[in-house]
Amino acid sequence: MAESATPIVEIKGVSKVFQLQDQTIHALSGANLSINKGEFICLIGASGCGKSTLLRIMAGFDQPSSGEALMWGRPIAGPDPSRGMVFQDYALFPWLSVRANIGFGPAARGLGAAEVKQIVDKFIDLVGLAKFANAYPHQLSGGMKQRVAIARVLANDAELVLMDEPFGALDAMTRERLQDELLDIWERTKLTVVFVTHAVEEAILLANRVVVMTPGPGRIESDNMLDLPRPRDVASPEFNAIRRVLSAKLHSHHGKKAA
Amino acid sequence: MAIVETGSIPAAAPAAVVPRRAARSTWARVKPTVLALIVPLLLLAFWQVATTQQWTRLIPTPYAVGEYMIDFAVGGIYDDAYSATLTTHLLASMSRVYGGFALAALFALPIGILIGRVPSARMLLDPFLQVMRPIPVTAWLPLSMILFGLGAKSAFALVCLGAFYPILLNTIFGVRSVDPKLFEAASMLGCRGNAQFYKVVLPAATPSIFTGLRLGLGLAWFVIVVGEMTGVPEGLGAVIMDGRTLSRTELVICGMIVIGLAGYLSDRVVVALGNYLLRWSPNHHG
Repeated sequence: MAESATPIVEIKGVSKVFQLQDQTIHALSGANLSINKGEFICLIGASGCGKSTLLRIMAGFDQPSSGEALMWGRPIAGPDPSRGMVFQDYALFPWLSVRANIGFGPAARGLGAAEVKQIVDKFIDLVGLAKFANAYPHQLSGGMKQRVAIARVLANDAELVLMDEPFGALDAMTRERLQDELLDIWERTKLTVVFVTHAVEEAILLANRVVVMTPGPGRIESDNMLDLPRPRDVASPEFNAIRRVLSAKLHSHHGKKAA
Repeated sequence: MAIVETGSIPAAAPAAVVPRRAARSTWARVKPTVLALIVPLLLLAFWQVATTQQWTRLIPTPYAVGEYMIDFAVGGIYDDAYSATLTTHLLASMSRVYGGFALAALFALPIGILIGRVPSARMLLDPFLQVMRPIPVTAWLPLSMILFGLGAKSAFALVCLGAFYPILLNTIFGVRSVDPKLFEAASMLGCRGNAQFYKVVLPAATPSIFTGLRLGLGLAWFVIVVGEMTGVPEGLGAVIMDGRTLSRTELVICGMIVIGLAGYLSDRVVVALGNYLLRWSPNHHG
């Protein structure tokens, strides 16, 4: 892979400690990660491995307890439109129509109505929701809501799309369709995607790089480049070989904790 | 291993079902009305029996009350001091109900938003308001008459007080219970700081605020009789108080019915308005 001068995101020795009543929880311990523009990275791991914490630090919702998180070499101080988040439970604005949800970011940036409309039209088409432009979120299926959430982030010119188990609440068929659509969007727009999941198969299907994380304390276990050609076939022997390797890494901490 | 297809889905249901379904849909349409009328009609029947059997001599028959209601509304039967005065009294009460309600909303909304969003405002005002809240409007009647005098101003103040707390409490609840994810979503989309108040807090709180306004208006109708005990010449509460003093029970019952109907219609209008304004909200179709 061609190395660009500056990685889009750099995580340097990042730890995150939470105080829960009188307990100290090490959600993330000494994480190092460097993400290049255009990569599709999946963070996988069991619950408590710190994958969501790491994602939230990249988003700017949480600050590291120690270490630093940088975007284009500058510290990530807070949420910013250049880093869009897609939440598992959508977090759409229920009082806004599909159109207004997608236009929320452009409108917040102070663009004029005509310009906002143009942007919204473009992204509403991209995610195939033109027929539902005036519907409210509660009238949509889970898959459609997540399409709106993705369009909302893209409409805001995000360079980095952070996705926190975005398809975890969807049924299998909808999930497959959205995975395909997401890959399609990624290939066309050359976005950088960081995608959190606990499903190994989903990670291998989507990512060009899979970061395996393990809990107690949450840390990065391994960083794996995948050079499987696309479109990927979940039933192929190559796919399953990778799945076996990653599953073994994912469960590597069990031996240590047991006994 | 083989996959066996287990035959197609059985053909559509037989045609005989169709007329039954049509009959059911007619019933489904009238069912709410029929069910809603059962209890009032039973009550009316009981009232009829109780008065014709002379279980009490102090309550007039439904027919007498009906007749009086017509006289109260348009006159021409008894032609006494209350004939054809319904509109006057209703308008007087409505002006106090809506006026008092509007004044209550004017205070309760900003105070509620302040208490809900600003911790020091909560510490300053919340304990005081929690102590004041259990004091019923009736208990305020004497003080209100001292402070605002006999008459309309006092009635206005009591109605306002009655409507104040439900609006306040629901506003506080609404602005405090915004899903934290929505703040994160707004801030990652570039909407930060004070802009979030208008773009996130207020719209997210509207269902709650609306519930508060609806309860407040209901309570305004509820306390109008107490409010008009302060010696106002016109108003449905005043009519009921006069009826009591003059031992004219039919007048009291007419006043009660008019308040009930007016309050009900007023609520339906508010609900219709809410269904339209809050059509985005899945659990707000009353």
